[in-house]
Parts: sequence; structure tokens; C-alpha cells
Amino acid sequence: MRWVLVIVMVFATVFGDLLQSHEMKRAGEQSVTAPGFAKLVQVVARRRLLILSICCNAVSFFAFMALVQKEPLSFAVPASAASFVLETLLAKFVLHEDVGPRRAAGAAAVLAGVMLVGG
Amino acid sequence: MKSTVLKTYSAVVLFLALRAIGNSAMAWGMRQVPEQMSMNPALYLRAMANPFVALGIVALILALLSRMALFSIADLSYVLPVTAVGYVIAVFLGKVFLHETVTHQRWLGTLLIFGGAALVGSTTGNTTPPEGDLE
Repeated sequence: MRWVLVIVMVFATVFGDLLQSHEMKRAGEQSVTAPGFAKLVQVVARRRLLILSICCNAVSFFAFMALVQKEPLSFAVPASAASFVLETLLAKFVLHEDVGPRRAAGAAAVLAGVMLVGG
Repeated sequence: MKSTVLKTYSAVVLFLALRAIGNSAMAWGMRQVPEQMSMNPALYLRAMANPFVALGIVALILALLSRMALFSIADLSYVLPVTAVGYVIAVFLGKVFLHETVTHQRWLGTLLIFGGAALVGSTTGNTTPPEGDLE
């Protein structure tokens, strides 16, 4: 069950990250001050893809809640790094990006790390 | 330029601090919730009544907003490696505050993840200026 929750968390995170990164670039520079956060909420409300990205974050979040109820935090958080492996696979096989040896080595190190953390 | 760098560092520090507080509070609170989580949304809503879970949710929402602000001033390829240190922080907090048993194997795995994440993030270009089509 722990790995099912990790997989749900990772897929939702990756999809949410891609949407957020894309949309926040289009939305323009935002501030981290209190008024900046208020403006950011307005920006989110106006952009459908950002709302979808937040839905993905919510799914990931509920999976994380269920995971930390039974599993240690020192497993749950590092295991979520498996998203790097999925992102690299998506970049290579879906977006047909040129994944260089450094990125492939990084993703392999993350995968090995996740396996060690979960072992 | 200097102001953008300062904003970027502020957002990184704020994100890491909020994420650490949120994860720890969430883990602590969820262990006090008696019902086992399932597909039933009511269970999650009931769990949110726990003050530590509520604190975790607030901190993680603020962390999400600070990361969104970070995405508006820096590329994913910059954000991923600099925030990868959060994995090490989470294991440290799990050991120190939640009294979890962290084996050498888990530390090694976490350090591999940190190094791997930093390597993945360092493979693409630098930050690009935002398009700013909203304002």
C-alpha cells in the first residue's frame, strides 16, 4: 500500500509541477510578501490550468496525508523524489527531449536513493 | 537584478522553512488520528480537525504559494536542485523531532536523492525572464 500511495503522489506532483511552472511563467513575476500572496490567489483564480495544477497538488497532498499516517516522514518525503525519475522519462519518451548523460545519471541516482530509502 | 536575486533567495528560504514545518506538523498530527485513511473524503476532513494537521495544511499551502512565486522568477531547472535540500531536512526532522529510526541505508538513500535531484536540475539552462502577460 505504501508504494501505491507513493505512485499516486508522484504522478499528481509531476503533472501539477509541469502545469504550474508553465502557467506561472506566463502570469509574470509574483512577490512573496502578504499583499503578494493575496495577488497570487487572484492570479490562480483567473487561470484554469493553475486551478487544475492545484487539484493535482490536492490529490498528491491527500496521498501524503495517508502515507505519513503509517509511514515515517523520513521515508515519505524522500520517496516523493521519485518524481524526478518520472519527469525524466516523460521528457525522453513523451516530449522527445534530448536527455543527456548528466540528467540520466541524476535520475538513476534518485531512483537508487528511493529504493534504498524504501528498503 | 540584485532585487530579483534577493527575492529568489527569500522565496527559497521561506519555501524550505514552511515545507519543513508543514511536513513535521502533518506527520505528528496524522499519527494522532485514530481512523485509517481510505478513499472516503470524510476521513480526511475529520483528520483536518486535528490542530497539528491543520497547522501542517496551512504551512504547506503557504509553502505552495511561495513555490509558485518562486516559479514566477526562476526556472524549474533552478528551483528543483536548490529545494532538493528539503529531502535531507525532512529526514533530519523525522529523526530529531519525531524520533524515527533512520538507518544508515536511509541516510545514504536520502543523500543519493539529494545529489541526483541537484544533478537533474543542473542540466538545463539558467533562469529566463517571465513573460508577464497578466499585468
